Amino acid sequence: MERAYKVYAINNGTVIDHIPTPLALKVVEILGLGNEGIFTIGVGFQSKSLPGGKDILKIENRILLESETDTIALIAPDATINIIKDGRVSEKRIISIPQSIYGVMQCPNPNCATNKLGAHRHFELEDKNTMTYRCQYCERVTEILPENLTAPE
Amino acid sequence: MSSFKGRNIISLRDMTTPDLWKIVTTAEEVKSGKHRGCLLDKTIASLFFEPSTRTRLSFESAVVKSGGSVFGFADPGSSSQKKGESFSDSIRTVTGYCDAMVIRHPVEGAARLASEVASVPVINAGDGANQHPTQTFLDLFTIYEEFGRLENLKIGIMGDLKYGRTVHSLTHAMSLFGAEMVFISPPSLEMPSTILSDLSDKGVHFRTAKTPEDAADMNLDILYVTRIQKERFGDPLEYKNVAHGYRIDRNTIASLGEQVRIMHPLPRIDEIAEEVDNTPNAIYFTQAHNGVPTRQALLGLVTGGIN
Repeated sequence: MERAYKVYAINNGTVIDHIPTPLALKVVEILGLGNEGIFTIGVGFQSKSLPGGKDILKIENRILLESETDTIALIAPDATINIIKDGRVSEKRIISIPQSIYGVMQCPNPNCATNKLGAHRHFELEDKNTMTYRCQYCERVTEILPENLTAPE
Repeated sequence: MSSFKGRNIISLRDMTTPDLWKIVTTAEEVKSGKHRGCLLDKTIASLFFEPSTRTRLSFESAVVKSGGSVFGFADPGSSSQKKGESFSDSIRTVTGYCDAMVIRHPVEGAARLASEVASVPVINAGDGANQHPTQTFLDLFTIYEEFGRLENLKIGIMGDLKYGRTVHSLTHAMSLFGAEMVFISPPSLEMPSTILSDLSDKGVHFRTAKTPEDAADMNLDILYVTRIQKERFGDPLEYKNVAHGYRIDRNTIASLGEQVRIMHPLPRIDEIAEEVDNTPNAIYFTQAHNGVPTRQALLGLVTGGIN
């Protein structure tokens, strides 16, 4: 039997679809949604474009900033993002990986000032093709790995 | 080239080719007697959160020779961090005591962080394995002084090329001046592939070699030697065998040609035989001495004592 709905529809807020399973919880983490408002998650739906399945995240009453939705592109570059107002899609947002990443990526170098001296995490895009970023403190170049992404500082 | 007055000197990555020229030519002017007293009435903080006798003494000599005064500490044991003060708070405090600060710290990125909280120029005197820009400036000045140019030189860089920040920075700097390079190292300490692919992308001519004699056909202008550290090898015998093959003596110079100049950031352990010291090929002590005019030039530029 066809499911009545996959995840409850929302009247106002942000819908993020086509997140590769199981990264929806990681998206919740890097957006810092933890204790803030209502969000619903659907995990492991079938998807033509994502053989391992897709997750859906619906955040009620919050329109994500572009800087936030671009951060999602780091782990889900093909995610689709719809902004919902009064029950209708008011904006289909195109996401692209950000030039700068603040706060959400931990430098993998344990001897970096961000890990040892309290410097605020800051990376700049080094190479778009390889999705590598350079830490602005220790200057190491690193690939984007979900395990290096954390809740915002 | 942006103005140097008030500028932080943190990483070679922030420097343009005209910037490097400005530092080298100003160092030459300082050495020839120009810009005397360029740090008069200036107070420089020398904050060494890890010991480094050579760099610290060279900076402190530079300040005193230029008429400035210097204060600070030579190891973290004498700083308030021992009492639990944060690094940023230490820097925020000291910034009110001085006109510029020189920082050495074992943590990578410490100088960058300091520059963000200080209201005076910060000069990085080494941050962990990351950057040590003034070493590269004095290397460039020494090369310029010896050859009268920086462009189109042939340079061999030898030793620990995997971990050595000095050789990484020098490689970057020399690539800006069209150098032809050969990287000489044991297989376990080769130049990182990321640096080699960067050089390829920039169209730099380079090759790799296992011994200096392998580069005998290049008529090298410079052989830049660095120390191979014992702690990089698990097996002491392997270290001994490798280190033995990386010792420069008069025979090495004969095979490379009498034109070659030998450089070394010091301290030397036994990678250059003492018999080389009194040859015209050895310029490593001049190189160490050039740290002083180079740092005088830099301090003068960032504090506005030199335009």
